[in-house]
Amino acid sequence: MTTLPVEPLPAPAPAPAPAPAPDAASPTLPAPQPRWRILRGLNAGDRLYRAALTALALALPLLLLALLAELVASAWPAITRFGGRFLWTSVWDPVAGVFGAAPMIFGTLASSLLALVIAVPLALGVAIYLTEFAPKWLRQPVAFLVELLAAIPSVVYGLWGIFVLIPFLRTYVVPPLRAVVGWTPFFDGVFYGNSLLAGAMILAIMIVPYIAAVSREVLLAVPSSQREAAVGMGATRWEAVWTAVVPYGRAGLIGAVILGLGRALGETMAVTMVIGNRHDIGLSVLQPAYTMAAALANEFSEATTDLYLSALFEVGLILFVITVVVNACARLLIWRVARGTAVGSRAL
Amino acid sequence: MTARRLRRRVVSTLMTGLVGVLSFLAVLALVLILGNLIAKGASSLDWSFFTRNPVPAGEAGGGIANAIVGTVIVVGLAALIGLPVGIGTGLYLAEYGSGRLGWIVRFVADVLNGTPSIVVGIFAWTWLVKPMGHFSAFAGSVALAVLMIPMLARTTEEMVRLVPHSLREAALALGYPRWRTSLRVVARTALAGIVTGSLVGIARIAGETAPLLFTALGNLNFSTSVTQPMQTLSLQIYTYATGPFAEWHRLAWAAALVLMGLVLLLSLTARWAVRSRHGAPPAPPAPPAR
Amino acid sequence: MAPPPPPPPPPLADARLRLETVRLTALYGRRAVVKDVSILFPAHTVTALIGPSGCGKTTFLRCLNRMHELSEGGWVTGRVLLDGEDIYEPGVDPVRLRRRIGMVFQRPTPFPTMSVYDNVAAGLRVNGGRSRGDLDAAVERALRQAALWDEVRDRLRHSALGLSGGQQQRLCIARALAPEPEVLLLDEPTASLDPSGTQRIEELCHELKTRYTIVIVTHNLQQAARVSDYTAFFYLGDLIEVGRTDAVFTKPGKEQTEAYITGRFG
Repeated sequence: MTTLPVEPLPAPAPAPAPAPAPDAASPTLPAPQPRWRILRGLNAGDRLYRAALTALALALPLLLLALLAELVASAWPAITRFGGRFLWTSVWDPVAGVFGAAPMIFGTLASSLLALVIAVPLALGVAIYLTEFAPKWLRQPVAFLVELLAAIPSVVYGLWGIFVLIPFLRTYVVPPLRAVVGWTPFFDGVFYGNSLLAGAMILAIMIVPYIAAVSREVLLAVPSSQREAAVGMGATRWEAVWTAVVPYGRAGLIGAVILGLGRALGETMAVTMVIGNRHDIGLSVLQPAYTMAAALANEFSEATTDLYLSALFEVGLILFVITVVVNACARLLIWRVARGTAVGSRAL
Repeated sequence: MTARRLRRRVVSTLMTGLVGVLSFLAVLALVLILGNLIAKGASSLDWSFFTRNPVPAGEAGGGIANAIVGTVIVVGLAALIGLPVGIGTGLYLAEYGSGRLGWIVRFVADVLNGTPSIVVGIFAWTWLVKPMGHFSAFAGSVALAVLMIPMLARTTEEMVRLVPHSLREAALALGYPRWRTSLRVVARTALAGIVTGSLVGIARIAGETAPLLFTALGNLNFSTSVTQPMQTLSLQIYTYATGPFAEWHRLAWAAALVLMGLVLLLSLTARWAVRSRHGAPPAPPAPPAR
Repeated sequence: MAPPPPPPPPPLADARLRLETVRLTALYGRRAVVKDVSILFPAHTVTALIGPSGCGKTTFLRCLNRMHELSEGGWVTGRVLLDGEDIYEPGVDPVRLRRRIGMVFQRPTPFPTMSVYDNVAAGLRVNGGRSRGDLDAAVERALRQAALWDEVRDRLRHSALGLSGGQQQRLCIARALAPEPEVLLLDEPTASLDPSGTQRIEELCHELKTRYTIVIVTHNLQQAARVSDYTAFFYLGDLIEVGRTDAVFTKPGKEQTEAYITGRFG
């Protein structure tokens, strides 16, 4: 490693002394300096700013802790009283003080999964259409319209469900359905309107925009080289999409679907307005059912005893845990494709 | 053309058509819902609807004046609480968020974003309604703010991260301290995006019902007191839609139309804010050959 | 606005006003990208830093105004003397230091939400305490020094984004000049400009060196030859050779210098 003798100043300025000559025995790499040398000179303004922002940012972890603490503490009497029975018994008797949440858990899962079955083809179809096939002038308007579906409040969906969807089902959908498949256990029983089917259909319409928006971002993140390579090998337009683009983004698409599931699990108002709110486990989608969120909405203000309230808090805790786990899985999958950007956070 | 290639072409065309149909169905759902809203609700929109309070059950007439004012108060207060905390958290994540605390905050924001709003509602009930002894608009606002903050934090962070690093460096090289760079240069450049995110967040909470069920509760009378129960459009719609009276159902449609209009207005304003302030610097001329 | 004051006579090259690095080493973590460099930058001269990509010349430049430490894991050993005082001494406020050393970057970076006037005044406002009249005069002076005044005098309140690329870069130079720094650091300032823009800026360097000490990083050897009084050649983090520009270009002392200048690598 060399250092060079320094040039003297040009005339007429007096020539300064040259820089000190290098040390012959200089080390090749200096030892790391203590921390204080590296710190940028933090003046008062910077310190205050950072402290203020940090204080604001701490609100979120504190909120989550408070939420968890309150859920667990309030649910504790019911947890200790019922243990695991809470999850698989069906008797829900506030008068006798016996609570089993199985119908609610079943209804939540059944309605959400059924909603997924309906919503996924629609949402993926929209996403694929918008990213691959739609003419350029159509993309923005259609994307905007689908986003608008996400802006409709839950209670408005419920209103529409009660007065438009259910009568429609009752008149045009269920009779032919029963004529064809009424002999199966899935479609038997009298159809009064409020039913698992209605709940699942409303949920499906509600989660289509979320799955579509995230899927679209996932598909847009797929490098175009994938598509081009397939087309270059002679694939048709559809084949290029289905065999090259979609598999590349498969993890992210599954993540989008699971994100939609997470959304459906927590949906409250629209569901409670059309699902019938009955503590019952049944195979028939034409029968009324119940979800955890709907139960909370209906019964929380009616809870007269402490045990009743505690049982409801336990329902809330179970719902919370399920949605957190489902969302975490979804994010993990999406992150694998979109690499840590805030994809999907806007959609929620 | 071989039969196999013909079949592949047919499949391609069919599938293209299929996804087009599916998209059409999705858009159709939207059109149906909005159409019904207008068809069933528009006829009830008259001056008395907007200026009168609800009348006793079973009687005809009445309006949603208390619900409109209530929505403005509850949502406004929630924004007052939620905007500083949410935007501040977003700025923190963008400026100092590369460490461990930043990772934790981001993770928590994602968890809270996915939390069902009813769970947030009973959380606010435990911490605010129960100690206070009564329901209040304030508790409702806090619940809505809790919903808003994680959403806002993530969108703010994303918008601020879009500002080119070179702008930050230019300010620092001028002798701007870090806090001033972050606020006056970076955040100011990202302002349009932050405003959009805020408006979208406000639109979202304006339509929420579940967290208000046990906090603001609802109120049949006109009230502007934040320490008392308060009515909002969403609560009103819920009560009317699930009630037994046909008159209530009519009012529910009209109120839903008003709520939808409000949400639409906020969303469209958000989009307009981005479009008209699109201040990206023009691309520099092509670099000379080296 | 008042008519511009006559330009002051060029000051005598003052022995105090100079920049000097003493055994400067710049590192990222444990990796040294600039190794043990000692250079004197005489007052009122232009020194060009040349070398192939990745040789550390930009990193070296960023050490001169303590920008290097803002990068992830960046730190330095050695000393950088401005007027004989080490800028890396504890207790030195880098924010205040950067107001005495101005920097212009490769791509023009006007602040997009500010007008032309506000952009130039940005460095002044951050110091605070100036009256409106003072600001006006300072903005005009800086724009004149950057040879931009005539082109923007009628659009001072308009957005800075309406200017062409070359004008934007001169705006950034005016912005850096407004706080009247002692040293001006230019990091490939003409890299994203067309030839006429490049020429304007090179002419500027000749005019500005009567007032400032200039260090310019450039990839363009012809530019270095045109613009600078002294040239320093960097390679892989080491300073290979430094000297008067005409000497380095016509009779380079080191073989590597000659190889780079004649284009055998780079």
